Amino acid sequence: MIKIIRNFARRLFSGIFRKKGEIKLGFYGSPNAGKTSLANKICQDWLGEDLGAVSKMPHETRQIQFKEKVVLERDGRKVEFKLIDTPGIATKIDFEDFMKFGLKKKAAQARAKEATQGIIESIKWLDDMDAVIILIDATVNPYSQVNITIIGNLVARKIPVLIVANKIDLKKADIKKVQGAFPEYEVVGISAKNGDNIEEFYEELFKLVKKV
Amino acid sequence: MVNKKKSVKKKGNKKSGKINTRDLTIHFMPYSEIAREDAIGRIKKIMGLVLQQKIIILQGKLKPDEEVRLIENSMTLIGNIKNFQGIEIAAISGEGDNKGLFNKVRHNLARILVGEQDAITIIGPASVVKEITRDPKKIELMLQRR
Repeated sequence: MIKIIRNFARRLFSGIFRKKGEIKLGFYGSPNAGKTSLANKICQDWLGEDLGAVSKMPHETRQIQFKEKVVLERDGRKVEFKLIDTPGIATKIDFEDFMKFGLKKKAAQARAKEATQGIIESIKWLDDMDAVIILIDATVNPYSQVNITIIGNLVARKIPVLIVANKIDLKKADIKKVQGAFPEYEVVGISAKNGDNIEEFYEELFKLVKKV
Repeated sequence: MVNKKKSVKKKGNKKSGKINTRDLTIHFMPYSEIAREDAIGRIKKIMGLVLQQKIIILQGKLKPDEEVRLIENSMTLIGNIKNFQGIEIAAISGEGDNKGLFNKVRHNLARILVGEQDAITIIGPASVVKEITRDPKKIELMLQRR
Protein backbone atom coordinates (compact mmCIF):
# COMPACT_ATOMS: atom_id res chain seq x y z
CA MET A 1 0.00 0.00 0.00
CA ILE A 2 2.86 2.37 0.94
CA LYS A 3 4.52 1.62 -2.38
CA ILE A 4 1.33 2.40 -4.31
CA ILE A 5 0.96 5.75 -2.50
CA ARG A 6 4.67 6.51 -3.05
CA ASN A 7 4.40 5.70 -6.76
CA PHE A 8 1.24 7.79 -7.10
CA ALA A 9 2.91 10.77 -5.39
CA ARG A 10 6.05 10.38 -7.50
CA ARG A 11 4.06 10.26 -10.74
CA LEU A 12 1.92 13.20 -9.65
CA PHE A 13 4.92 15.39 -8.83
CA SER A 14 6.96 14.26 -11.82
CA GLY A 15 3.91 15.13 -13.94
CA ILE A 16 3.69 18.61 -12.44
CA PHE A 17 7.39 19.36 -12.67
CA ARG A 18 8.10 17.50 -15.89
CA LYS A 19 9.56 19.73 -18.54
CA LYS A 20 6.78 20.43 -21.00
CA GLY A 21 6.81 17.87 -23.80
CA GLU A 22 9.60 15.71 -22.39
CA ILE A 23 8.52 12.10 -22.37
CA LYS A 24 10.64 9.45 -20.68
CA LEU A 25 10.34 6.59 -23.15
CA GLY A 26 11.68 3.23 -21.99
CA PHE A 27 12.71 0.29 -24.16
CA TYR A 28 12.05 -3.00 -22.42
CA GLY A 29 12.15 -6.66 -23.40
CA SER A 30 14.14 -9.86 -23.34
CA PRO A 31 17.84 -9.86 -24.28
CA ASN A 32 18.47 -9.63 -28.04
CA ALA A 33 14.93 -8.46 -28.83
CA GLY A 34 16.33 -5.37 -30.54
CA LYS A 35 15.86 -2.62 -27.95
CA THR A 36 19.11 -0.84 -28.71
CA SER A 37 18.64 -1.36 -32.46
CA LEU A 38 15.30 0.46 -32.33
CA ALA A 39 16.65 3.18 -30.05
CA ASN A 40 19.56 3.60 -32.50
CA LYS A 41 17.17 3.77 -35.45
CA ILE A 42 15.19 6.56 -33.76
CA CYS A 43 18.38 8.43 -32.83
CA GLN A 44 19.76 8.04 -36.35
CA ASP A 45 16.51 9.28 -37.91
CA TRP A 46 16.20 12.36 -35.69
CA LEU A 47 19.71 13.12 -34.40
CA GLY A 48 21.99 11.39 -36.87
CA GLU A 49 23.84 9.43 -34.18
CA ASP A 50 23.58 6.10 -32.34
CA LEU A 51 22.58 5.55 -28.73
CA GLY A 52 24.47 2.33 -27.98
CA ALA A 53 26.36 -0.67 -29.31
CA VAL A 54 24.55 -3.76 -30.58
CA SER A 55 25.78 -7.34 -30.70
CA LYS A 56 24.57 -10.86 -31.39
CA MET A 57 25.86 -11.84 -27.97
CA PRO A 58 23.04 -11.51 -25.39
CA HIS A 59 23.27 -8.84 -22.68
CA GLU A 60 25.31 -6.41 -24.78
CA THR A 61 23.48 -3.60 -22.97
CA ARG A 62 24.28 -4.08 -19.30
CA GLN A 63 23.72 -0.54 -18.11
CA ILE A 64 20.87 1.90 -18.61
CA GLN A 65 21.64 4.17 -21.58
CA PHE A 66 20.03 7.53 -22.26
CA LYS A 67 19.62 9.94 -25.08
CA GLU A 68 18.06 13.25 -24.13
CA LYS A 69 16.40 15.93 -26.22
CA VAL A 70 15.32 13.63 -29.03
CA VAL A 71 12.67 15.70 -30.78
CA LEU A 72 10.29 13.87 -33.10
CA GLU A 73 7.92 15.71 -35.39
CA ARG A 74 4.76 14.43 -37.04
CA ASP A 75 1.89 16.35 -38.66
CA GLY A 76 3.26 19.61 -37.28
CA ARG A 77 3.39 18.25 -33.73
CA LYS A 78 6.75 18.16 -31.95
CA VAL A 79 7.42 15.87 -28.99
CA GLU A 80 10.64 15.81 -27.01
CA PHE A 81 11.74 12.42 -25.72
CA LYS A 82 14.31 11.16 -23.30
CA LEU A 83 15.06 7.70 -24.67
CA ILE A 84 15.96 5.16 -22.00
CA ASP A 85 17.44 1.93 -23.31
CA THR A 86 17.41 -0.77 -20.65
CA PRO A 87 19.32 -4.05 -20.31
CA GLY A 88 17.27 -7.07 -21.41
CA ILE A 89 15.36 -8.76 -18.61
CA ALA A 90 15.91 -12.49 -18.12
CA THR A 91 15.17 -14.90 -15.31
CA LYS A 92 18.44 -16.78 -15.61
CA ILE A 93 22.04 -16.13 -16.56
CA ASP A 94 24.69 -18.76 -17.10
CA PHE A 95 28.20 -17.45 -17.77
CA GLU A 96 28.88 -20.54 -19.90
CA ASP A 97 26.43 -19.19 -22.49
CA PHE A 98 28.84 -16.28 -23.09
CA MET A 99 31.74 -18.68 -23.53
CA LYS A 100 29.92 -20.09 -26.59
CA PHE A 101 30.54 -16.67 -28.16
CA GLY A 102 34.27 -16.97 -27.60
CA LEU A 103 34.69 -15.26 -24.23
CA LYS A 104 37.22 -16.65 -21.76
CA LYS A 105 35.85 -17.94 -18.46
CA LYS A 106 36.77 -14.86 -16.40
CA ALA A 107 35.40 -12.44 -18.99
CA ALA A 108 32.22 -14.52 -19.26
CA GLN A 109 31.80 -14.50 -15.47
CA ALA A 110 32.33 -10.73 -15.38
CA ARG A 111 29.78 -10.23 -18.15
CA ALA A 112 27.29 -12.46 -16.31
CA LYS A 113 27.72 -10.41 -13.13
CA GLU A 114 27.21 -7.15 -15.01
CA ALA A 115 24.16 -8.65 -16.74
CA THR A 116 22.52 -9.56 -13.40
CA GLN A 117 23.12 -6.04 -12.13
CA GLY A 118 21.70 -4.64 -15.38
CA ILE A 119 18.49 -6.64 -14.94
CA ILE A 120 18.08 -5.31 -11.40
CA GLU A 121 18.58 -1.76 -12.74
CA SER A 122 16.01 -2.31 -15.50
CA ILE A 123 13.44 -3.43 -12.95
CA LYS A 124 14.15 -0.43 -10.71
CA TRP A 125 13.65 1.95 -13.63
CA LEU A 126 10.15 0.63 -14.34
CA ASP A 127 8.77 3.21 -11.90
CA ASP A 128 10.38 6.13 -13.71
CA MET A 129 8.97 5.71 -17.20
CA ASP A 130 6.24 7.83 -18.76
CA ALA A 131 5.67 5.36 -21.60
CA VAL A 132 7.26 2.06 -22.58
CA ILE A 133 7.96 0.22 -25.79
CA ILE A 134 8.11 -3.53 -25.30
CA LEU A 135 10.35 -5.12 -27.90
CA ILE A 136 9.51 -8.70 -28.81
CA ASP A 137 11.58 -10.81 -31.15
CA ALA A 138 8.94 -11.92 -33.69
CA THR A 139 10.98 -15.01 -34.58
CA VAL A 140 10.63 -16.60 -31.13
CA ASN A 141 7.73 -17.76 -28.97
CA PRO A 142 6.13 -14.56 -27.58
CA TYR A 143 4.56 -16.35 -24.60
CA SER A 144 7.59 -15.66 -22.46
CA GLN A 145 6.94 -15.01 -18.79
CA VAL A 146 9.38 -12.08 -18.92
CA ASN A 147 7.17 -10.24 -21.45
CA ILE A 148 4.03 -11.02 -19.43
CA THR A 149 5.68 -9.92 -16.18
CA ILE A 150 6.94 -6.62 -17.62
CA ILE A 151 3.57 -5.79 -19.17
CA GLY A 152 1.74 -6.76 -15.97
CA ASN A 153 3.95 -4.40 -13.98
CA LEU A 154 3.47 -1.53 -16.42
CA VAL A 155 -0.31 -1.99 -16.37
CA ALA A 156 -0.26 -2.00 -12.56
CA ARG A 157 1.66 1.29 -12.68
CA LYS A 158 -0.70 2.71 -15.34
CA ILE A 159 2.19 3.31 -17.75
CA PRO A 160 1.12 3.25 -21.43
CA VAL A 161 2.60 0.40 -23.47
CA LEU A 162 3.28 -0.15 -27.16
CA ILE A 163 4.31 -3.63 -28.24
CA VAL A 164 6.78 -3.78 -31.11
CA ALA A 165 7.36 -7.10 -32.87
CA ASN A 166 10.87 -6.80 -34.22
CA LYS A 167 12.83 -8.70 -36.90
CA ILE A 168 9.91 -8.96 -39.36
CA ASP A 169 12.51 -9.07 -42.13
CA LEU A 170 13.38 -12.62 -41.07
CA LYS A 171 11.52 -15.62 -42.53
CA LYS A 172 10.74 -17.11 -39.13
CA ALA A 173 8.99 -13.92 -37.95
CA ASP A 174 5.35 -14.44 -37.02
CA ILE A 175 3.68 -11.15 -36.15
CA LYS A 176 0.24 -12.78 -35.91
CA LYS A 177 1.52 -14.97 -33.08
CA VAL A 178 2.68 -11.86 -31.21
CA GLN A 179 -0.70 -10.20 -31.80
CA GLY A 180 -2.42 -13.38 -30.61
CA ALA A 181 -0.34 -13.39 -27.44
CA PHE A 182 -1.23 -9.79 -26.57
CA PRO A 183 -4.73 -9.21 -28.02
CA GLU A 184 -5.44 -6.25 -25.72
CA TYR A 185 -2.51 -4.22 -27.04
CA GLU A 186 -1.53 -2.46 -30.22
CA VAL A 187 1.24 -4.46 -31.90
CA VAL A 188 3.36 -2.96 -34.65
CA GLY A 189 5.76 -5.10 -36.65
CA ILE A 190 9.08 -3.61 -37.71
CA SER A 191 12.63 -4.39 -38.62
CA ALA A 192 14.73 -2.03 -36.51
CA LYS A 193 17.82 -3.14 -38.43
CA ASN A 194 16.44 -2.38 -41.91
CA GLY A 195 13.92 0.27 -40.97
CA ASP A 196 10.99 -1.73 -42.37
CA ASN A 197 7.59 -0.32 -41.37
CA ILE A 198 9.22 2.40 -39.28
CA GLU A 199 6.66 5.04 -40.36
CA GLU A 200 3.84 2.96 -38.92
CA PHE A 201 5.89 2.66 -35.73
CA TYR A 202 6.23 6.46 -35.48
CA GLU A 203 2.50 6.82 -36.01
CA GLU A 204 1.81 4.39 -33.14
CA LEU A 205 4.42 6.15 -30.99
CA PHE A 206 2.56 9.45 -31.36
CA LYS A 207 -0.69 7.68 -30.42
CA LEU A 208 1.08 6.31 -27.35
CA VAL A 209 2.24 9.79 -26.34
CA LYS A 210 -1.39 10.93 -26.18
CA LYS A 211 -2.00 8.41 -23.41
CA VAL A 212 0.79 9.83 -21.20
CA MET B 1 -2.08 -29.32 -18.89
CA VAL B 2 1.47 -29.88 -17.82
CA ASN B 3 3.74 -31.98 -20.01
CA LYS B 4 7.13 -33.03 -18.78
CA LYS B 5 9.90 -34.19 -21.00
CA LYS B 6 13.62 -34.53 -20.72
CA SER B 7 15.82 -32.51 -23.01
CA VAL B 8 18.38 -34.54 -24.93
CA LYS B 9 22.07 -33.78 -24.70
CA LYS B 10 24.82 -35.68 -26.41
CA LYS B 11 27.19 -35.72 -23.48
CA GLY B 12 26.69 -35.83 -19.73
CA ASN B 13 26.72 -32.62 -17.77
CA LYS B 14 30.17 -31.74 -16.52
CA LYS B 15 29.03 -29.28 -13.88
CA SER B 16 29.47 -30.37 -10.33
CA GLY B 17 26.89 -29.74 -7.68
CA LYS B 18 23.94 -30.51 -9.90
CA ILE B 19 21.52 -33.03 -8.53
CA ASN B 20 20.80 -36.38 -10.12
CA THR B 21 17.49 -36.77 -11.93
CA ARG B 22 16.64 -39.45 -9.36
CA ASP B 23 16.68 -36.73 -6.70
CA LEU B 24 14.29 -34.52 -8.58
CA THR B 25 11.52 -33.21 -6.35
CA ILE B 26 8.32 -31.61 -7.49
CA HIS B 27 6.69 -29.60 -4.76
CA PHE B 28 2.99 -28.93 -5.15
CA MET B 29 2.10 -25.73 -3.34
CA PRO B 30 -1.60 -25.15 -2.77
CA TYR B 31 -2.68 -21.53 -2.80
CA SER B 32 -3.56 -21.75 0.89
CA GLU B 33 0.17 -22.15 1.62
CA ILE B 34 0.91 -18.60 0.44
CA ALA B 35 -2.49 -16.95 0.77
CA ARG B 36 -1.72 -15.33 4.11
CA GLU B 37 1.87 -14.41 3.27
CA ASP B 38 2.89 -10.93 2.14
CA ALA B 39 5.08 -10.47 -0.96
CA ILE B 40 8.33 -10.93 0.99
CA GLY B 41 7.02 -14.07 2.69
CA ARG B 42 5.91 -15.58 -0.62
CA ILE B 43 9.23 -14.90 -2.31
CA LYS B 44 11.15 -16.23 0.67
CA LYS B 45 9.11 -19.43 0.65
CA ILE B 46 9.53 -19.94 -3.11
CA MET B 47 13.23 -19.12 -3.15
CA GLY B 48 13.81 -21.46 -0.21
CA LEU B 49 12.40 -24.35 -2.24
CA VAL B 50 14.17 -23.30 -5.45
CA LEU B 51 17.50 -23.26 -3.65
CA GLN B 52 16.77 -26.83 -2.53
CA GLN B 53 16.64 -27.62 -6.28
CA LYS B 54 12.90 -28.27 -6.16
CA ILE B 55 10.41 -27.58 -8.92
CA ILE B 56 7.34 -25.82 -7.57
CA ILE B 57 3.89 -26.22 -9.01
CA LEU B 58 1.95 -23.40 -7.44
CA GLN B 59 -1.81 -23.34 -7.44
CA GLY B 60 -2.52 -19.76 -8.43
CA LYS B 61 -0.42 -16.92 -9.66
CA LEU B 62 1.94 -14.37 -8.20
CA LYS B 63 1.17 -10.68 -8.62
CA PRO B 64 3.24 -8.89 -11.30
CA ASP B 65 5.06 -6.99 -8.58
CA GLU B 66 5.93 -10.25 -6.82
CA GLU B 67 7.17 -11.77 -10.08
CA VAL B 68 9.65 -8.92 -10.66
CA ARG B 69 10.79 -9.13 -7.06
CA LEU B 70 11.38 -12.85 -7.58
CA ILE B 71 13.48 -12.10 -10.67
CA GLU B 72 15.35 -9.35 -8.79
CA ASN B 73 15.99 -11.72 -5.91
CA SER B 74 17.28 -14.43 -8.26
CA MET B 75 19.66 -11.98 -9.95
CA THR B 76 21.07 -10.99 -6.57
CA LEU B 77 21.80 -14.64 -5.76
CA ILE B 78 23.55 -15.47 -9.05
CA GLY B 79 27.26 -15.45 -8.40
CA ASN B 80 26.73 -15.49 -4.64
CA ILE B 81 25.35 -19.02 -4.38
CA LYS B 82 27.37 -21.78 -6.00
CA ASN B 83 25.87 -23.15 -9.22
CA PHE B 84 22.77 -20.97 -8.95
CA GLN B 85 21.93 -19.66 -12.43
CA GLY B 86 18.52 -18.15 -11.78
CA ILE B 87 15.02 -19.49 -12.25
CA GLU B 88 12.59 -20.60 -14.89
CA ILE B 89 9.01 -19.48 -14.44
CA ALA B 90 5.78 -19.76 -16.37
CA ALA B 91 2.17 -19.22 -15.43
CA ILE B 92 -0.98 -20.27 -17.17
CA SER B 93 -4.49 -19.22 -16.26
CA GLY B 94 -8.02 -19.59 -17.51
CA GLU B 95 -8.72 -15.86 -17.59
CA GLY B 96 -8.75 -15.84 -21.39
CA ASP B 97 -11.78 -18.11 -21.29
CA ASN B 98 -13.81 -15.52 -19.44
CA LYS B 99 -15.64 -14.04 -22.35
CA GLY B 100 -18.55 -11.72 -21.75
CA LEU B 101 -19.02 -9.02 -19.18
CA PHE B 102 -20.77 -11.22 -16.62
CA ASN B 103 -18.01 -13.83 -16.63
CA LYS B 104 -15.32 -11.13 -16.38
CA VAL B 105 -17.06 -9.50 -13.40
CA ARG B 106 -17.52 -12.91 -11.75
CA HIS B 107 -13.87 -13.79 -12.34
CA ASN B 108 -12.62 -10.45 -10.97
CA LEU B 109 -14.86 -10.71 -7.93
CA ALA B 110 -13.62 -14.24 -7.21
CA ARG B 111 -10.04 -13.02 -7.60
CA ILE B 112 -10.59 -10.24 -5.06
CA LEU B 113 -12.24 -12.61 -2.59
CA VAL B 114 -10.07 -15.72 -2.78
CA GLY B 115 -7.05 -14.71 -4.88
CA GLU B 116 -6.16 -15.91 -8.36
CA GLN B 117 -6.55 -19.63 -7.86
CA ASP B 118 -7.62 -20.68 -11.34
CA ALA B 119 -4.02 -20.57 -12.54
CA ILE B 120 -0.92 -22.70 -12.29
CA THR B 121 2.60 -21.35 -11.95
CA ILE B 122 5.67 -23.47 -12.41
CA ILE B 123 8.91 -22.23 -10.92
CA GLY B 124 12.17 -24.11 -10.90
CA PRO B 125 15.91 -23.53 -10.62
CA ALA B 126 17.53 -22.96 -14.04
CA SER B 127 20.14 -25.61 -13.17
CA VAL B 128 17.34 -28.20 -13.12
CA VAL B 129 14.78 -26.76 -15.52
CA LYS B 130 16.23 -26.10 -18.93
CA GLU B 131 13.22 -24.37 -20.36
CA ILE B 132 9.54 -23.85 -19.76
CA THR B 133 7.52 -23.07 -22.85
CA ARG B 134 3.94 -21.86 -22.94
CA ASP B 135 2.09 -22.17 -26.18
CA PRO B 136 -0.44 -20.68 -25.19
CA LYS B 137 -2.69 -23.04 -23.23
CA LYS B 138 -0.21 -25.70 -22.28
CA ILE B 139 3.10 -25.63 -20.49
CA GLU B 140 6.04 -27.80 -21.49
CA LEU B 141 8.74 -28.31 -18.94
CA MET B 142 12.12 -29.39 -20.24
CA LEU B 143 14.61 -30.61 -17.70
CA GLN B 144 18.38 -30.51 -17.82
CA ARG B 145 19.82 -33.93 -18.51
CA ARG B 146 22.08 -35.07 -15.71
